[in-house]
Amino acid sequence: MVEEKRKEIGLEILEKSPTGIKGLDDITGGGLPQARPTLLCGSAGSGKTLMALEFLVRGAVLFNEPGVYMAFEETEQELIRNAASLGFDLKKLIAEEKLAIDSVHIERSEIEETGEYDLEGLFIRLNQAIEQVSAKRVVLDTLEALFSGFSNTGILRAELRRLFRWLKNKGVTAIITGEQGESALTRHGLEEYVSDCVILLEHVKRNHIYTRRLRIVKYRGTKHETNDFPFLIDEDGISILPITSLTLDHTVSNERISSGVVALDEMLGGAGFYRGSSILVSGTAGTGKTSLCGHMTEAACRRGEKVLYFSFEESSKQIMRNLGSIGLHLEQWQKKGLLQFRAERVSLYGLEAHLTSMHKLINSFKPAVVILDPINAYLSNDDELEAKTMIVRLIDYIKSSHITGFFTTLTSAASVEQTTDINISSLMDSWLLLRGIEENGERNRGLYVLKSRGIANSNQIREFLITSQGVELKEVYLGSTGILTGSSRMVQELIDQEEEMRLEEKINQLELVLERKQKAMQTQIELSEMQMKADEIEIKVKIDELKRQYQRINLRRQDVQASRTKKGHK
Amino acid sequence: MDNEENAINQKFESFAAQDTEAKYILKLYVAGLSPKSKKAIHNIKEICETHLKGRYELRVIDLYQNPTLAQGEQIVAVPTLVKKLPHPLRKIIGDMSDEEKLLVGLDLQPQAD
Repeated sequence: MVEEKRKEIGLEILEKSPTGIKGLDDITGGGLPQARPTLLCGSAGSGKTLMALEFLVRGAVLFNEPGVYMAFEETEQELIRNAASLGFDLKKLIAEEKLAIDSVHIERSEIEETGEYDLEGLFIRLNQAIEQVSAKRVVLDTLEALFSGFSNTGILRAELRRLFRWLKNKGVTAIITGEQGESALTRHGLEEYVSDCVILLEHVKRNHIYTRRLRIVKYRGTKHETNDFPFLIDEDGISILPITSLTLDHTVSNERISSGVVALDEMLGGAGFYRGSSILVSGTAGTGKTSLCGHMTEAACRRGEKVLYFSFEESSKQIMRNLGSIGLHLEQWQKKGLLQFRAERVSLYGLEAHLTSMHKLINSFKPAVVILDPINAYLSNDDELEAKTMIVRLIDYIKSSHITGFFTTLTSAASVEQTTDINISSLMDSWLLLRGIEENGERNRGLYVLKSRGIANSNQIREFLITSQGVELKEVYLGSTGILTGSSRMVQELIDQEEEMRLEEKINQLELVLERKQKAMQTQIELSEMQMKADEIEIKVKIDELKRQYQRINLRRQDVQASRTKKGHK
Repeated sequence: MDNEENAINQKFESFAAQDTEAKYILKLYVAGLSPKSKKAIHNIKEICETHLKGRYELRVIDLYQNPTLAQGEQIVAVPTLVKKLPHPLRKIIGDMSDEEKLLVGLDLQPQAD
């Protein structure tokens, strides 16, 4: 947005050259300032040379930008050897004309200074090397060696200023390394010549473990991270944590995935978790956190998805044996290559080294689900704040890679559950709480969904049962003293069953009575109808009889009248 | 290896013995004909004519014309005068205006205390 605006009003935008070094481009917002020198300073052994080398190698291999390495302290052979330890084949790059190395050797004892001079010889060599491979990137490592080779610092400083200007005119993206000084960034104040970007590397010892750190001291005209970032050098080069920076622009999925426990899915709006969400399961010891991990793993593998399972307390064999006892057989998935275990204690390495290796494993295995069981392993570290920052970065990384993260955390007592996890819980989309419920001399497990963003989740506690067929969730009973679990629940269930049976019998009885009554009534009605019919017939017969009598009387009266007229009364 | 080393040592000793009579092979590297280059060429020629007449060989090389030579000869500053012979190899940089230092560098005058 801002950049677009700048473009509109015609301001020059700082172009960036991606370094290709894992993590560095993220924290610099795209790489080093293009066509400008960057100062890379640090104490001896802090990794300056290797970082500079990787910058050139990645440039040549990934971005088709050939490079020149001007070494003031090492010979070409030494450089080739050092680079081989990072897996870089410099000889091949040199043969392909993607890299030129010029080793500048200055022997003070051989040199006598007689009057005015300049460093044009150096410029000629650099120019020669740049033209030889059409270089876009240049490394000068370490320019400060000049200060021990020549005594006239007035000339040196003027020439250095000229050199930086020259590099800018050449349009090469350059890294200049400098040895860290006592009070300044570099021993000879190189930082005063480089105004665009300064990166500091450190090698610090803490808790008997050396860790490498990187900090962007200055980056003109760009937004950059200002924290110390740990980094690691291994056979694949340099990795800087975080591999992604902490932004909240992850794309989200509407797809839902099963937790592997049907009843739990039902509690989560009937469909389970969102894909790519982060799920925290917290609970005291022995509440079944790992069993839930097992279900999650099983469900994902059954869908044909890859699962990366980090275990910090148990070996993979132990986990598989234990999960086997509840009917989850994970060996098959491991054999199919869908499941990968990484079981190691966190304290084995430095924390940073450990997390970096996790990053790399996630990157290469590309799982759909990552399980961390439990993440407390990090929080037991002496430097708790630092450990938390690290774990936050890891979670953030998992989230931004659209991987579903399933994390467990061990809480020590029910009362502090909700406070100890606060730092992490705010990052979580779903939080399941497992808790022990003690009553009537029994310890049972309860599960409830503390939160689940974007899901209409059940607010009820379910009893959590671990059976030989896996995890089951039971409805719990609410009694006057609270929820009922375990044998109390079973007693309650029996009581309820009896009550049910009693009621059923009563209902049956009443239904029978009703039926009988209805039948009786029916019979009565039928009887009445029959009576009615009989009466009807009887009455009709009587009516007919009476009618006949009436007619007879009438007939007789007519006869009498007729006879009277015949006898002459008229 | 031993033979080689011995040979070098012998050579070195023989050169050291005939120090004052040794033949000088000098190369002056410059970058174009800048005032500094001109000054250096002028100064070194004068010194050679004065102190090494008849037993020196001086070549002036313009690095702009032969840029690849800079790397091979490990030239950083210009002008640089490389004393190839007699041993030891020495590099004298600058416009050669400090005659005393130049003579010391060429082993033509013991270093002043």
